[in-house]
Amino acid sequence: MSVTDLEKPSVEQARATSFYEASARARIRLLLDPASFVEFIGPEQREVSPHLKLFDLPEQFDDGIIVGRGSLAGSPVFIAAQEGRFMGGAFGEVHGAKLTGLLRAAKELKSIPVLILFDTGGVRLQEANAGELAIAEIMRAVIEARTAGVKVIGLIGGRSGCYGGGGLIAGCCSALAVSEQGRIAVSGPEVIETNRGVEEFDSRDRALVWRTMGGKHRRLIGGAELFADDTVQAFREAALELLETTAGFGIDTLNAEQSRLEDRLQRFGACRDAVEIWAAEGVADAASVPALPADQFIELADKVRRIARDAR
Amino acid sequence: MEDLSFHHQARSRAGGTRRMAIIGVVASGNLEVLAERVLPETECRLEIKTAAEGFGQVWDAVVADFVERYSPGGLKFSINDGGARPDTVSLRLAQAVRLMAEDEP
Amino acid sequence: MTLDKILTSLFPDGHDVKNDGGVLLGSGTLRSGARALVIGVADRTALGVDEAIRLSGTVLGSIRNGSGPILVIVDSDSQRMSKRDELLGLNEFLAHLAKSLIHADIQGRPTIGLLYGHSAAGAFLASALATRVLVGLPGADPAVMDLPSMSKVTKLPIEVLEEKAKSTPVFAPGLQNLVQLGAVHVTWDDKVSLADQLEKLLGNMGDARDRRDALGKERGGRMKAADIAERVRELAMQTR
Repeated sequence: MSVTDLEKPSVEQARATSFYEASARARIRLLLDPASFVEFIGPEQREVSPHLKLFDLPEQFDDGIIVGRGSLAGSPVFIAAQEGRFMGGAFGEVHGAKLTGLLRAAKELKSIPVLILFDTGGVRLQEANAGELAIAEIMRAVIEARTAGVKVIGLIGGRSGCYGGGGLIAGCCSALAVSEQGRIAVSGPEVIETNRGVEEFDSRDRALVWRTMGGKHRRLIGGAELFADDTVQAFREAALELLETTAGFGIDTLNAEQSRLEDRLQRFGACRDAVEIWAAEGVADAASVPALPADQFIELADKVRRIARDAR
Repeated sequence: MEDLSFHHQARSRAGGTRRMAIIGVVASGNLEVLAERVLPETECRLEIKTAAEGFGQVWDAVVADFVERYSPGGLKFSINDGGARPDTVSLRLAQAVRLMAEDEP
Repeated sequence: MTLDKILTSLFPDGHDVKNDGGVLLGSGTLRSGARALVIGVADRTALGVDEAIRLSGTVLGSIRNGSGPILVIVDSDSQRMSKRDELLGLNEFLAHLAKSLIHADIQGRPTIGLLYGHSAAGAFLASALATRVLVGLPGADPAVMDLPSMSKVTKLPIEVLEEKAKSTPVFAPGLQNLVQLGAVHVTWDDKVSLADQLEKLLGNMGDARDRRDALGKERGGRMKAADIAERVRELAMQTR
């Protein structure tokens, strides 16, 4: 049996599988080359959270994150995938430490890139201090790995989005691909509404949530490098493209990012809604953006904004 | 949380060569099943941690039906349950056996 | 301790740190005669896009033109929770600030956080927790998540949460919990000159490595993190 024979069913399946709907394990299986994935500290090791018992909550054998190695188009990669349905994909002590360890190895090896499939509401409340600290350690480990020359690519399109500290880790990555469903933010809609009132943000207004935090808006303002359709295959292709095109990391990157963000504040700081920003960006029919199918949106976004690949 | 444990004799060895498989997720109304080929060929064990207390009899019936139907000899199932309905439990157990029936990847 | 008292005690030989709407920017003279860059957040101000961009710009300017350690002095709210901040990509602004601080530290500009009041969530991650060594001053009151909010989400009464908090440092607010977890390296005594304590710390910074998980294990606050990270690292290293 040739390699193409082996790959074919997997590619077809990856095209037919929604990234949003798929489990973290299915995402890894269909994103990487067939049967190439090897897990580190798999579920049979039963390294569950030591803190959920105190709250009489059920544990999951992998604590909601899968880490390991595999290959992508024949090249080795490290990969981590959060399971957004277990405790909202939130970071706890064990969950976070698995990703930290993976990034530390990548830093030492220097040549193997890391893919992070985010799907998280942020810090796990029942172990909030440990989760917050885990996120701080991951951010540090991402930057150390990037400083050593490692590319760290974030893929965002899960049910829990990429919120709280997850949004900060994403901002530390070399590059991001996001689907329409893949919301990226620090404060979630409910958090803003609870703290500031429904006049500030109506969390039940789903259209508002999508256009303020969703993948299309992030792509249009430069918060993500690529927009991907909601299939595992689209994310695989996005990961390959980002690995190809992403630049290194250093003081020039940070200076370029400073300019990029200052420019954004200056141009859009007074806008009250995403539609105003898109119009200011030069989108002719800004109000129609949320309804555009993925292929048409990608075409539009590529016309409106070429993303700087050296400013993150 | 409640811990339950079931031990059955199975008619025959579960098919396939896989040593381990995992299916499902721990969420409300859902569960994860970890299957491991670690027992003598005619034995089957299930260790369950469930968030829904007081359903021991329901589990007993679901498990007995599962063992009768699939004869998962040699397999140990470890289950984390977020309060799944019996049909979901049956489905996940069947999926786990099907995964174990594959050859070692 | 008040901000003025802290700055006076830290820099008896003078400083030019200004508090502009809760954003701290400036520098101070160290015992050694060298200057330290000072940035921070005061008056329990929320950290939003407008504050973060000024802080990161100052850090990057100092990497270009300055030398010496960088002090991050913090009494903040959490991140600014607003539609505007999220619309503009607050996660990028906060990550950018953290990246600038971490980069500075790796490149020989040791970073020290000084937590003297509150901090929480995204603001904490982007400032105090993005430094190599975090110092807690008396009165520091960090809260990743406050108990009333936690009570709302977990549907447990506050009294129950308070009872549980007695048995573990892992979720409840407070400086001592973060010391035990390894997030806060050391707490200083406000009856002793802060300049002396800073001088001692600067002489004892070690290398630019993240040792917080090991510290959390030593102190019995986080028993799993260091071991899990190390096991994954070792397994991954066999990939070669």
